[in-house]
Formats: sequence, structure tokens, C-alpha cells
Amino acid sequence: MNTPVEQFREDATRVAADEQHRRLIQGALGKYYVARDRQVGRFQDWQSARQAAAETKWEAVNHLDQHLVSFAEKLEARGGKVFWANNSAEARDYILKICREKKARCIVKSKAMTAEEIHLNAALEKDGYEVVESDLGEYIVQLRKEAPYHFVFPAMHLSRGDIRELFDREIGNVKSDNPEDLTMVARRVLRKKYCEADIGISGANFAIAETGMISITENEGNARLTTSLPRVHIAVMGIEKVLPRLEDLALFLPMLGTAGAGQAITCYNSMIGGPRQPGECDGPEEFHVVLLDNHRTRLLADPEQRDALHCIRCGACLNVCPIFKNIGGHSYGTTYQGPIGSVITPHFRGLQDWKHLSNASSLCGACTSACPVKIDIHHHLLHNRRNAATQKPRWWEKLAYKIAAGVLNWPEFYAFATAVGRVMQKFHPLVKGSVLDPARAWTKTRELPQVAPQSFRDYWRARERKP
Amino acid sequence: MKITLFIPCFVNTCFPQAGISMVQIFERLGHTVDYREQVVCCGQPAFNSGYWDEARLVDERTLGLLADTDAVVSASGSCGAMLKVFYPQLFDGRPQADAARALAAKCFEFSDFLVTKLGVTDLGARFPGKVTFHDGCHGLRELGVKSQPRKLLEKVRDLELVEMKEAESCCGFGGTFAAKFPMISTAMGEVKCASALETGADFIVSNDSSCLMQIAGLLDRQGRKVRTLHIAEVLASR
Repeated sequence: MNTPVEQFREDATRVAADEQHRRLIQGALGKYYVARDRQVGRFQDWQSARQAAAETKWEAVNHLDQHLVSFAEKLEARGGKVFWANNSAEARDYILKICREKKARCIVKSKAMTAEEIHLNAALEKDGYEVVESDLGEYIVQLRKEAPYHFVFPAMHLSRGDIRELFDREIGNVKSDNPEDLTMVARRVLRKKYCEADIGISGANFAIAETGMISITENEGNARLTTSLPRVHIAVMGIEKVLPRLEDLALFLPMLGTAGAGQAITCYNSMIGGPRQPGECDGPEEFHVVLLDNHRTRLLADPEQRDALHCIRCGACLNVCPIFKNIGGHSYGTTYQGPIGSVITPHFRGLQDWKHLSNASSLCGACTSACPVKIDIHHHLLHNRRNAATQKPRWWEKLAYKIAAGVLNWPEFYAFATAVGRVMQKFHPLVKGSVLDPARAWTKTRELPQVAPQSFRDYWRARERKP
Repeated sequence: MKITLFIPCFVNTCFPQAGISMVQIFERLGHTVDYREQVVCCGQPAFNSGYWDEARLVDERTLGLLADTDAVVSASGSCGAMLKVFYPQLFDGRPQADAARALAAKCFEFSDFLVTKLGVTDLGARFPGKVTFHDGCHGLRELGVKSQPRKLLEKVRDLELVEMKEAESCCGFGGTFAAKFPMISTAMGEVKCASALETGADFIVSNDSSCLMQIAGLLDRQGRKVRTLHIAEVLASR
């Protein structure tokens, strides 16, 4: 079995060279950039909106203890049940316990990355429950037995031809690859499932401390059906999703729509504050919220990277990331892909096992510029690198930098080394690209720059000698 | 004004013409140019790899050697960002913290220095050719250099400036990243080069020779005729 870093290298190398993949992703994101810019233009001042959002999240995250308790108390007062899960296992066990108690058979889910994070589907299926994803993209990747490719657009790596083929194979008799037709195929299957399902499982985009409600944003109406038709609704959310006030949504809902998908606001926005209340004619009988820590408090304890908990999972950083666009979402091997995933995964799953994601970045900073809540994403990649090297330095790398420092701090020797390089490069063609080539990582695909006949230092010395 | 040049290691050895052009430009403008050959490197490779102690071995020395300067102008946006943005972080809480902040305040990227500090855009340059400009990421996002090089290039006689679609996309160099993850770096560079080639430009110009090293490395391998130039080389042309 490959280690995470071996798997990453293998997958990333393969996908990076796949020009068809490159064109598909570029095409999909090209449309996103246009739509996003149009929506950003609707804000009076996008940069101020980002600042305001960052400050609200700062307030929320730095007073998480108070906001979460307030959220839970308000929700419980209306008959909602709140479960505080320290880790994946506790969250899964709680959900499985409810499924057993309710003698559930069929479970319908709307998109929830926290459920991916705790590997909920596998646990439910292992215990014999039928689990159906109702978000179209999630449904597609579920049929393919794949993880989501992108935490907002789970099936963005597939063409409509791919989806037609998949539906034809798995559902049967699908001839058209027209998006509306394909949607109707999925809809016919899923509509039945909503009615059959005993339990609906969702995530939450925000939780409001002031009112004890969760907010769910979506574009297909599937979350609304998932959370209202079955007898029991369970929402799984990370503890960092809380916002202090209901009015904060006035900023965060359009911001999430804009940054996430280039929409003014998502098509469906639901607020859920409890199970069916006395006198109400619909809604679930029970409403459970699983508040998931799963090492988020590790991030909270790190003042340098605490702002990573500001993340609203809009996916904007993935959409602008040249690494993501070239290696694709699956190469990461994580629940949360792209730059923010590279920042938080080492905190969630271990720095030494996941530090390679922080290394696999040119630190271009496009993510940080795109982040609507102003997380210092690319600098946190640097922080992860520093923490990893401090915790467990690679001896040869440390030694190499020590030697390099010695050479760079001895300019005469450095000039001598340059002169040697000038001579040696004449012989470089003899080994270029072979295993003997010390620069083969570079020369496999690129030409090396040549050492100039006269260095700048030589030029300067010659110039200073002139009267 | 006495201007101290910061000539990074790779400019010194492989792209000296960028530095020489900077000397010519500042002298034509009537300034005194200062260069300290003891200053070799900004220490970024070790810093970016997470080996901050080893980076400080180089950077303490660089910091000391640049202490008594009026203005430090970097031939590379990336190394400029190292001095200006990352030295204060690297020396935070250490005896050199004040010195690092003092250096940050007087350190500039070349095109930014001309436009923002010296207030000049027309250098009397003439450069016949179609040019597209690549924004080096560190210059663009760490230092906020976007309009400055364009203001300078617009004033160059006979120069046609055409923007590429992916001007702000990373070229994929990223220092040690290019060697640690060569295939990802190459894929990113290919996207960049394709976008530059699409403009039909004869020259790809940037304020960072490190990006140009990556772009030229790929274009040369592909056998393309497009040339890469540091912006100072264009601005020094007559």
C-alpha cells in the first residue's frame, strides 16, 4: 500500500500530463471566472466585504465556546438534539445508533463534506443501510464509487458524455447527453428515494448562535427534500461553521454564492431551527445536529493558523489554484482538496503524513487573493513546511542548506563555484537527461539556463577598476 | 540618491544583463548606484523549504550588509518579497527584528521603485517589438506590483504591449518546487507558455528572471522562437 506522499506523486504526475483533463477543467473554470467577476461587480466594494466577513469569522472563531453553547441551547429549546462529537468515530457511532433505534432501512443524504470527512457512507453501508446521495454531483460520484473531485463541484471532472454513459450503465436506457435530460434521469430515481427514506442526513453551511438555526445553501432543492421529508433529519457540521448573528447571513449568503459558483445567491436557502413544532403539518419528527470537532480544536489552539477555521468551504481557492487545475481533485487524496485542504489536512490527519501537500505549491498566492474570508492560505503552507522541518528535519536537506549557507556566505568561493559551473556546463550535454544528470528533475522537460560568460559581479569589478 | 542594487544569485550568474541594465537606467536618471558583492542571496530556498534556521545563517549576514543603505532595489520581485515581507517574519522576536523591519521599509522591486518612489515612467527607451508581460507572483501578490511595469512599458517607443489571458497565473517555477515536483511545475509552465504564445508576442517580459528561467526553459525545449527579457533590459534599450 502506498503512503499518502507516494500516492500523491503518482496521481499528480499522471494527471498533470493529461491534456484532456487540463482542457476539461480549464473550460469549466473559464465559465466560473466570468460569472464570479460579474457577481463580484454587484458588491459595492468586494474588498471591504471580504474584510467584514473576515472580521465576523474572527469574532465567531475566537468566541467559539460562547457561540456554540448559545447555538445549542437555542436549538434544544425547540426540541432539537445536539451531539458534541470529538472525533469521526463518535460522530459515526451516534448516527448509527439513531439509525438502529429508528429501524431505518433507507437513508437519503444531501451534500455534506463533514460526512465524507468521517467516512459516514461506508459505515452506514457496512451496517446494511441503503444510502443515496441526492446532490446530482454527489450522486454521480457515488454511482462511480469515487470520492468527490472538488468539495463544491464533486463531478466537475466528468463530461456530460461520461455522465450519460454512467447513467446508461447504472440506471439503464439513457440515450441523450443533454444536461436537462440527464438531470431528469437522476430526478426520477431520487424522487422515489426521498419518499422511501427513513432518515435524511445533511451538512450545514452556517449555524447561527443568536437563533439556534442552521443554514443550508444549495441549487437543486435536494437538501430541502432531504431535510424535510424523512422522519428524522441529522445534520453533521464542523464546529467552525457558527456565525454570531442571523443578520450575518446577509453578507455570507451572497458571498458564498459569488465566491463558490459565481451566483448572486444560491437557488435554495433553507433555515432550520428544530423538528416539526406543535401545530405544524410537515417537517421531521426529530432533528439532530452533530457538532464535529475532529481536530478542529487543534487548529483553534494554533494562533498562527487559527484563521483557517474561517473557511466557509466555498471552493474559490481551488478554482484559482494552478496546482489544483493541473493535478485535479483526486490526486490530493483528502476530503478537502486544493489550497485550503493542503493547509488544514496536516492538522486533521497528521503533519508528517500530509506535509507533502504544503510542499507541492509554488506559493503563488492566488488562493489567498481569492479567499472571501481572507485566510492567509499560502503563507500557512509556509508555516506547515516550517513546522514539519522543525519537528522532523530531513538530515540531508538540512545539511544541504547548511553547506549552501557556507558557500553563499563566502563570496570568493561562490565566485569560484560559478567559474567551475561555467566550465562544467560545457560537459552537461554528455549526461543531460540521464541518471547521471544532477539537474534531471529540471532537464527532463526544460532547458537549463547558461552561466553567463561574465557574471554581474565580474562586470561590477571591471567597471570599478576603470578610472 | 544612492541606490543599492540587490542582485540575486541567479541573476548574478545567469542573467547579469538584467542587473547591468538597471545600473544604466539609474545612472541615466542621475542617481548613484551601489552594489555590494558580499551580498549574494536572499536565503529564500531554505526559507521556503521550512529550514528557517539555515535561512537565517544567510540572511543575518545579508541583513547586516544592507543595514547602512538608503534604498535597496531588487532585480527580482520574488527576492524583493523575501527581503520586504518575509525577513520581518523570519526575525520576528529576535535581536535582528528591528533591522529586518528597517530593511523592509527601504526595499523595493525595480519597476515599483521607478514608478512609485522615483516617479518616472518615461525612460526614453525604444524597443521595436510585440511584448507580453508576465506578472511574477511574489511581485504581484506579496508586493502589489501590477500597474507599475505596464506604465513603464507603455512609454517605450515602438513597443506594442499585448496582455495574455493568463498574465497573473503562476509560471510554475516556485523555487525548489520546480525540482521537487517537476511534472506539476512543467504542467503549470505549459499553460503559461501557451497563453503567452497565443498573443503572438515576440518577447515575454517580466520583472522576475526566475519565472523567465522556467518559461524560457520550456520554450527552448519546444523549439520556440519567442525570447524572454527582464523588464530592465527593455527599458534600457535605445
